[in-house]
Amino acid sequence: MSPQMIDRLWQAALDTLVMVGVSAGVAVAIGIPLALFLVTSGPGGIFPAPRANRLVGMLVNGFRAVPFIVLLVALIPFTRLVVGTTIGVWAAIVPLAVSATPFFARIAEVSLREVDPGLIEAAQSIGCRRRHILVHVLLPEALPGIVGGFTITVVTMIGASAVAGAVGAGGLGDVAIRYGYQRFDTTVMMVVIAILIVLVCLVQFAGDSVVRRLRAR
Amino acid sequence: MAGFAFDSLREAGARAASVARPRPVPAVRAADRRGAGTVRFEDVSKTYRSAAGEVRALDRISLDIPAGAIFGIIGRSGAGKSSLLRTVNRLETPTSGRVLVDGEPIDALGTDGLVALRRRIGMIFQHFNLLSAKTVRQNVALPLTVAGLGKAEIARRVEEALRLVGLADKAETYPSRLSGGQKQRVGIARALVSDPEILLCDEATSALDPETTLSILDLLRDINRRLGLTIILITHEMSVIREICTDVVVLEAGRIAETGPVWQVFGAPEHPATRALLAPLIRDLPEDLAARITPHPAPGAEALLRITCSGRAAPDLAALAAATDGPVRLLQAGIERIQGHTVGRMLIAAGGAEAEARLRAIGLEVEGIGYVAADD
Repeated sequence: MSPQMIDRLWQAALDTLVMVGVSAGVAVAIGIPLALFLVTSGPGGIFPAPRANRLVGMLVNGFRAVPFIVLLVALIPFTRLVVGTTIGVWAAIVPLAVSATPFFARIAEVSLREVDPGLIEAAQSIGCRRRHILVHVLLPEALPGIVGGFTITVVTMIGASAVAGAVGAGGLGDVAIRYGYQRFDTTVMMVVIAILIVLVCLVQFAGDSVVRRLRAR
Repeated sequence: MAGFAFDSLREAGARAASVARPRPVPAVRAADRRGAGTVRFEDVSKTYRSAAGEVRALDRISLDIPAGAIFGIIGRSGAGKSSLLRTVNRLETPTSGRVLVDGEPIDALGTDGLVALRRRIGMIFQHFNLLSAKTVRQNVALPLTVAGLGKAEIARRVEEALRLVGLADKAETYPSRLSGGQKQRVGIARALVSDPEILLCDEATSALDPETTLSILDLLRDINRRLGLTIILITHEMSVIREICTDVVVLEAGRIAETGPVWQVFGAPEHPATRALLAPLIRDLPEDLAARITPHPAPGAEALLRITCSGRAAPDLAALAAATDGPVRLLQAGIERIQGHTVGRMLIAAGGAEAEARLRAIGLEVEGIGYVAADD
């Protein structure tokens, strides 16, 4: 491999990290409130709003139903509106975040739902208001599951970011397609695969060890 | 219709006494809340609607719970115990009727009023319901933290509450590292830290072994005595009621089957539901006697008599012997003293003529069961 190719791969790996990192941040910032809303606004929840709950649920399902490659293209006008361009790393972040947020919200929702209703009842019995229940009961008790779900989300997004590469977003997927596939450079292909494997393993390891520490309490 | 086998419980109690006992608490706060902590149910009904139809969990319950009582609610599962208890801090809202705490109806309270009410009413649970992500200290501090108290005040009161339940050395531990009894003590500390006037116990000992149960009951009795707070507890174990309650209400299918002081309800249970609940504590006729029993006297047979005690006076054995004109043998007895009343029953075999009538004449409550041949 030429030094230029190594540079190119390094830059591509950084691009992938930026794409995944920023959109994962967006997924957490929007996904957790969304998950809390989905859990608490259902019938019998602490913020009952069944209609809004159904509406948001349908919206989330809608985004979840669209394959990422289709979403990528369908969102082009929206992407241009938000970041002013439709190519490059920042243009890929918009569809990545839009795809990852409902995905993560659903996973976080499952963990939040598993919090023992008895704990909520106990919190109410000691004079907790609803916001206290969110902060002191639901989020901390569901945290191990949420962190585990976040790990899954990030791994999925690493894969999705490679797809984004195919439409000119840059990143490891872009290099693999342009050099590895279109120019028959098997070495580049192999190196990209190796980097992706290492990346995914690191994310999974980090996530697992955080979950283990949280569960050990 | 009474007679108990608390022997095993007593033994366990003696053992439990050597297990960790809570440190005595100064009874300073009892005085300033005298009279506070009454609960009154007025015609309370609760109906649940589900796909399977309507379920009437509570059916026109009217009941007064005096301040400082240890009031037991007992009944089979599904009798409405939990629903009734939960109407006191409005975790459950009655469909009709109302609940008054210290004379104030609680049905009209808004969010702020409800939060204030709940800070005056502690609650503990069968499965403890501690937050696993918080330490013991943080769990106990939570009621004060959300009430917005200052750090120093919180630290002082948490310390005091943990000392009260005998867990001062476990403050930095997470609940998952504690035994069931210790978890319930944390639950009690959390319920007491905001200095409530009423403590609700929802099957608080049902998940604990008999020994731990007794130590928790000891703690509850201690709290009731020293802090003067009203305790309302629900249980399906008669032995729990017997151990610490002053008054009891028996629920059956959402209605009050029977209510009164424990000695009365236990000494002379009137409702079939109460008898059914008491059954495990009542000694039946021994099998060997039951097999040989005959309804009519035969020559040389003894009368089997059951004597029931449910009053202040203990049975006078000398008078009993003097009243009969033949041998009197004690076959089986379970006599207990509850709240200064002698409660229980004994089974005797009397050889003399007309023993039943003679004993009734000296004021004993006698029931003739049959006759058996005197075999020895």
